[in-house]
Amino acid sequence: MEDFGEKFVQVGVALAIFAGVVGLIMLLVDRAPKSFRDKATVVGFLLPAAVLLAIGLVGPAVQTTFLAFTDRNGDPNGLDNFVWMFTQPEALVTLRNTLLWVVLVPLLSTVIGLAYAVFIDRARGEKALKALVFMPMAISMVGAGVIWRFVYAYRGGEQEQIGLLNQLLVWFGGEPKQFLLDAPENTFFLIAVMIWIQTGFAMVILSAAIKGIPMEIVEAARLDGASAWQQFRSITVPSIRGALIVVVTTITIGTLKVFDIVRTMTAGNFETSVVANEMYTQAFRANEPGRGAALALVLFLMVLPVVIYNARQLKKQREIR
Amino acid sequence: MGIARTKRGVLPLAAVSALTLALSACGGSGSNEGEGGGEAAADCSAYASYGTFDGAEVSVYSTITDLEAERLEDSWVDFEGCTGIDVVYEGSNEFETQIGVRAQAGNPPDIAIIPQPGLLAQHARAGYLKPAPAEVEALVDENWSEDWKSYGTVDGTFYAAPMLASVKGYIWYVPSTFEEKGWEVPQTWDEMMTLTQTIADEGTMKPWCAGFEAGEATGWPGTDWIEDAVLRQAGPEVYDQWINHEIPFNDPQIAEAFDAVGAIVKNEDYVNGGFGDVRSILSTTVEEGGQPVLDGSCAMHHQATFQAANWPEGTNVAEDGDVWAFITPGEEAGAGAITGGGEFVAAYADRDEVKAFQQYMASADFANNRVEQGAAISANKGLDPALAQNPLDRQSIELLQDENTVFRFDASDLMPGAVGANSFWSGIVEWINGASTEQVLDSIESSWPKE
Repeated sequence: MEDFGEKFVQVGVALAIFAGVVGLIMLLVDRAPKSFRDKATVVGFLLPAAVLLAIGLVGPAVQTTFLAFTDRNGDPNGLDNFVWMFTQPEALVTLRNTLLWVVLVPLLSTVIGLAYAVFIDRARGEKALKALVFMPMAISMVGAGVIWRFVYAYRGGEQEQIGLLNQLLVWFGGEPKQFLLDAPENTFFLIAVMIWIQTGFAMVILSAAIKGIPMEIVEAARLDGASAWQQFRSITVPSIRGALIVVVTTITIGTLKVFDIVRTMTAGNFETSVVANEMYTQAFRANEPGRGAALALVLFLMVLPVVIYNARQLKKQREIR
Repeated sequence: MGIARTKRGVLPLAAVSALTLALSACGGSGSNEGEGGGEAAADCSAYASYGTFDGAEVSVYSTITDLEAERLEDSWVDFEGCTGIDVVYEGSNEFETQIGVRAQAGNPPDIAIIPQPGLLAQHARAGYLKPAPAEVEALVDENWSEDWKSYGTVDGTFYAAPMLASVKGYIWYVPSTFEEKGWEVPQTWDEMMTLTQTIADEGTMKPWCAGFEAGEATGWPGTDWIEDAVLRQAGPEVYDQWINHEIPFNDPQIAEAFDAVGAIVKNEDYVNGGFGDVRSILSTTVEEGGQPVLDGSCAMHHQATFQAANWPEGTNVAEDGDVWAFITPGEEAGAGAITGGGEFVAAYADRDEVKAFQQYMASADFANNRVEQGAAISANKGLDPALAQNPLDRQSIELLQDENTVFRFDASDLMPGAVGANSFWSGIVEWINGASTEQVLDSIESSWPKE
């Protein structure tokens, strides 16, 4: 109870500091001479955010970049960490897996989500059907990993099966399979989990976009005698292009950073590791912060183009409007 | 206008100054006071030699939490009462990373109880640790074997006295089943293999069951197996050379140990009772791994003393109970070589009260006080085995105290992190998953950090 009171005081103090700082800034901005009040307003309100970003984001990023060129003892070792990354067979497997994830997850989640959104559009029970697919989105990645580990669970042929998939296999006369142990297909079984989660996200955004297509265009197409496929190709997809790009890029960024699923399901064993997981393993378990930082840097460079493309696209759309 | 202006200006200012007050007021609160002093115990004569320090404080930091921590704190209550030293204890699951952070930041505890000799050496070389006082060294010379003292010694300087211990390499079995079937507890490695074959031939159960799955640490029980085999077959000298990388990881003697263990854990006829084929070892958790021993679908399970905590509640661990364990046999009968782990009491300060506490922790009194509370063993020779709270602890203490026992610390805890906590584990995983011994050893060897 005493502890609780103490925490409460801390929260109160933090809020008071926040209020105080904002108050102080307002006061100073307000007191600024008229001639540069506009500038003072901009600077006054952006500065705190900029300072916090510099401390919390830019600083560590720069530090990580330097760390990527050092060895275990913190001495500079040039490009050794990168050489290791692109020559060690295990590290190469990690890069290959990340590539597989990045290609398959956005592609399949978006395609499945889009198809689902189109098929249930204006169907009976649309809301319930949507909720079913969206639900996995509400489960944390770790939770999803644990659930799917049980789905894939293995027991020998002579034992009672405890995993859903293996039980099905046995019922249909097959032999139980070590889904998570057999490389390389185990990576695909992990990817399936991410698709299971992300499809709901794609479906909800795309469904909303489809509903935003003006009825006149759809009706005009229908009057012109366009088939369902032609409508989809020439009306639906171009109309929701913006939403499609947002969905694909968002899922791509999320996939590049995937960590929780791999860590809970295989911990990167059995040739299933991805860059984010390997980064953690190297930095915090193998005591090789340099290698971890190098992996983080590569991950950053991989995400960067997607983010830039995303930002550009958003800007273009704003200009059109 | 003028008045309005002042008003507007004053309010935020007042807020800021009130806040500064609030801040300074809450500065130094918190930090749980330790149980502190307590009532003076009945008999303080045993503690007279430590002297008295009224109002002195010693902060202790370690990995030990929950029930274990309570027992640990209880074991120095009398010491606190008689010397007047207040021992402020803090246990954390983040110890391994936090101790480094605190030492670097110049804010270390007075005493840290470190379970990894590697970490201890790191801190000693960085100059954070104070060498142990002469009195502590004398106590350790008296109470512990050379092996144990060497783990607290870095570059010829003795820093930290050992505290508690654990014994690895036990093989768990059900005594009544063995009796029923007429199986004998094997005295040598060969006898163990013969027994394994006998059980496999009878066909009522698989001889072995194992579970190596432990999230990111998957594979570690396999490293214990290998360490047992290296120590027993190649001997302690090779074991030491292996840890210090004076022989490569893919040395033929290490390969032999892998093959000896592989003859069991990679043989479809011998594993994995209750779970399936060889590879099911990797999808079975450490906690589940031994359970088939109890239901009769497997005969033996290799795991350290702490397996006792994995059995269902109410399982009687005794020679005539539900389940019992024998130590993994060596090449010859009676050859006592065991692997295990332990903790070390290292000091970051050299105040007199800290030295007094170090002395107490190295004494037989502490070992007796702690072991009496249960679920602990120590290699302290002054410890009375009769105080152990269960038969297994008693057996382990006797083994540790035996003059003829060669004790070696868990090798993976002594190797660099890149191997001991990474490639050795993942190597075991690949090995069980089908890779050859040669392939795995070459891969681990290539991951050994180059200086």
